[in-house]
Amino acid sequence: MTPATPARPGAPAGLRRRLLAVLYRHPRAQLLLLLTPPIGWFGVVYLGSLAILLVAAFWYLDPATSAVVREFSLKNFERLIGEPVYRTVALRTVTIAVLVTLADIVIAFPIAYYMARVAAPRLRSILFMLVLLPLWSSYLVRVYAWRVILAPGGLIDWTVQQLGLPGFSPGISDFSMWLVFSYIWLPYMILPIYTGLERIPNSYFEASADLGARGATTFRRVVLPIVLPALVAGSIFTFSLTLGDYITPTLVSNSQFIGNVIYESQGVSNNVPFAAAFATVPVLIMAVYLLIARRLGAFEAL
Amino acid sequence: MSRIGLRIAAGAVLAFLYIPIIVIALYAFNAERTQAWPIRQFSTQWFAAALDNPSVRDALGLSIQVGLSATLIALVLGSLAAFAVHRFRFFGRDTISFALVLPIALPGIVTGMALNATINTAGIGFTPFTIVVGHATFCVVVVYNNVIARLRRSSRSIEEASMDLGADTWQTFRHVTFPVIRSALLAGGLLAFALSFDEIIVTTFTAGTQETIPIWILNHLRQANQRPIVNVVAVFLILLSAIPVYLSQRLTRDGGAGPTSR
Amino acid sequence: MTNRRTAALAAVLALLAAACTGGGATTAPSASAPASAAPSASESAAAESPSAAPSSNLPTSIGPGEGQLNLIIWPGYAEDGSNVKEYDWVHPFQDKTGCQVNLKPANTSDEMVTLMRQGGGTVYDGVSASGDATNRLIANGDVAEINPALIPDWNDIAPFLQSPAHNTVNGKHYGVSHGWGGNLLMYRTDIVKPAPTSWDVVFDPTASKPYQGRITAYDSPIYIADAALYLKAHNPELGITDPYELTQPQFDAAVTLLKQQRPWVGKYWSLYTDEIDNFTNGTTVVGTTWPYQVNTLKASGVAVDAVVPSEGMTGWADTWMMSAKAQHPNCMYLWMGWMVTKEVQAQVAEYFGEAPANPKACEILDKGYGSYGVKDFCTLYRVTDESFYNAISFWKTPLQDCGDGRGQTCVDYSVWTQKWTEIKS
Repeated sequence: MTPATPARPGAPAGLRRRLLAVLYRHPRAQLLLLLTPPIGWFGVVYLGSLAILLVAAFWYLDPATSAVVREFSLKNFERLIGEPVYRTVALRTVTIAVLVTLADIVIAFPIAYYMARVAAPRLRSILFMLVLLPLWSSYLVRVYAWRVILAPGGLIDWTVQQLGLPGFSPGISDFSMWLVFSYIWLPYMILPIYTGLERIPNSYFEASADLGARGATTFRRVVLPIVLPALVAGSIFTFSLTLGDYITPTLVSNSQFIGNVIYESQGVSNNVPFAAAFATVPVLIMAVYLLIARRLGAFEAL
Repeated sequence: MSRIGLRIAAGAVLAFLYIPIIVIALYAFNAERTQAWPIRQFSTQWFAAALDNPSVRDALGLSIQVGLSATLIALVLGSLAAFAVHRFRFFGRDTISFALVLPIALPGIVTGMALNATINTAGIGFTPFTIVVGHATFCVVVVYNNVIARLRRSSRSIEEASMDLGADTWQTFRHVTFPVIRSALLAGGLLAFALSFDEIIVTTFTAGTQETIPIWILNHLRQANQRPIVNVVAVFLILLSAIPVYLSQRLTRDGGAGPTSR
Repeated sequence: MTNRRTAALAAVLALLAAACTGGGATTAPSASAPASAAPSASESAAAESPSAAPSSNLPTSIGPGEGQLNLIIWPGYAEDGSNVKEYDWVHPFQDKTGCQVNLKPANTSDEMVTLMRQGGGTVYDGVSASGDATNRLIANGDVAEINPALIPDWNDIAPFLQSPAHNTVNGKHYGVSHGWGGNLLMYRTDIVKPAPTSWDVVFDPTASKPYQGRITAYDSPIYIADAALYLKAHNPELGITDPYELTQPQFDAAVTLLKQQRPWVGKYWSLYTDEIDNFTNGTTVVGTTWPYQVNTLKASGVAVDAVVPSEGMTGWADTWMMSAKAQHPNCMYLWMGWMVTKEVQAQVAEYFGEAPANPKACEILDKGYGSYGVKDFCTLYRVTDESFYNAISFWKTPLQDCGDGRGQTCVDYSVWTQKWTEIKS
């Protein structure tokens, strides 16, 4: 990494150097150049698209022609609020998302702790790779594999019966859905917790022990507060990914999620306005969640 | 927590992570088309069938194309945003990290529907370009996070030293700054590529008849007779992905051991 | 060092360029569309022209194939030998016409309608639409009027399928009939005993008791008609005549029946392979199905059978239709002509398990074509039995206009769709 050869003193500055010097003296211009591409992209492509979707939520589908009527109307929202089924679906989705998050925290913690504080550096790298690797194998194939595992006569049912116990095959059920979701998002929870735990200096543990705290107390009063932002960061993934998913509920359960209703409204009945209106629900939920998460410092732990 | 207990717990979680993967691998060698358990006969016939299948190769090619393009765009946009946020104070600075994380934090179906609506409104067709646009949008944040974390850990004094020695901004960037963030770029890029490679929901909304690997898998899992080939493809993906995962591990380790690490 | 990096950068940029310019079959519209097809369809459909006859400006010959064909199909309608070797009518078509076939299987009529409208109708060239999609597509101008003279085997089609109401409007033909069949009651012969003869086993609290939690039903709002059909036989006081044209009280009764059924349903199926999986491992053991699943399950040795219950059944009469904005109309015409030849009709009918629109296929079917063959197929499937055909309640789009003396008092499909979400929740 050798520094560039300096310009000879007194030599006429090239066009490039002059332009860059001008830029250097005008930080505002630098900022503008730096920010325009990403903000332009996000503003136009992403936020613009979201805005179009939001506008579409206020249109409605003409039942006679099945065509979208581009007039302002609150029909979709009236239906959302008036019919109890959408509340049921939203509540069910949020409940499962919370349960999945809690399950993932409980399952992820031991291995993250082991990786961060106990394992030798060599083992730590290997474990890190092993945790990441499943993320690279197709989500769909893994969910289908669980379907086979959980089905009557599948791996679990068969193994349990071989052991002489009564058969156990959750098959198509909410329990299966909870299990599969917890499985699929697990690496997204392990990694932030691992990173968070790794950052705690050893001295903290020693100091805590010096002050007379046992393992559990140290955990509760030293480790937990420090690792909380990481927990919240991981929960952003598990919560939001569960909230919006429609594939796993379709494959391993018979229940409708927010995602299923949105997907069927837009993809099957071509009622994009209603799908957009219902889509505001998970968006609002996530907006609130993200604001709380930012408060708790999760953004630094992402 | 006792060492033994922790070790067992960690091992159990690892086993949990790999049960379906092992099952997939087993079924890749299943002689029958139906996925009964236990497997009665083993065979390697599906490996040959998968290699022969042109649609797999096409889907793999498209996925790699899309992944590379989206990663490139994400690298550029993510770095630019990271530099802007790290180096300057301006109105709306905090909102940027919030805005960038939205594509990942909001449900994929919302992003997908929004982009789909835009594509339909703009009247452009569904092409690999539209897929790339969708992927790049949520890949930006992973690059941004990596780069800004790296920038926060490095000091500006070496840049100032470089410019004191007569280098202009571009030379400083090329010879001093870029090597510092290079590992962050590579780690972020690999993660972005991984995200794009396995993305299904946004892709179904931004693709027409094109098939990326996840879409190919979705279409073929639905046909009971194609499942054995899909299992083979999945096994192949896992084995292949060991390489970039290993690489990203090496890089984040090296990247973390910088001059100003904790 | 620099050279390697530049080379890598160049490679990535080249790939980027390839990604932008290359791509699927949907980028550039083909130039060989017969110009008259598109405008005549929208004109005749939208303007309700007074003359009840085919339009005069239809194409009179099929031009050269465009090399590609994008189809939306019911699973099983376009086989290429990858499922069962001897059932392959896609490769011979491709060899003969040079039209490369790209398939998009859909699970419900609603999905098909949505897909057909993608890209303003330019993404897909054709669809195998059932009666509950055809009239919507015709009314909205999504499909083109076709010229029967361009279909070589047109006159071989069974007379009651040449101009049926679901694909012929005001004397204008909007597609070529493909085949028809019913939604049977399938059951696991080793679990459901005695063999059911009525839809009671899925709708009645007593008859369904042993199987509650393991029942299946079709995941589409159109299934409400199956409930209505049941009520037509068991609750005649409701006065249901047509299960698709229901007044509010009739509709509400059907919805109540389905809500009662909801807790007993192990899994609603829309993906036919889901139903196959679930019947194979016993997650579901009784419920409605297409004959395709019955054939597939029997072929893999699962103990199932299917019956036409005493109350009758809903069904589907399918038509190949061409998009009004098809990018490959010549290939589509060639495909429509191909699908109605007796050889192909025999293969499809046997593989899927439906009655072919072209009874000449019976020459091949009655002897048995392939491994799914059944002796005297045409007698079993009542291929030329018009009264059996008329007894099936074929899928059609529920409209507000009851189509009879009750006027505009019927419940239309958008309400069916809303209620279906409620039923399933």
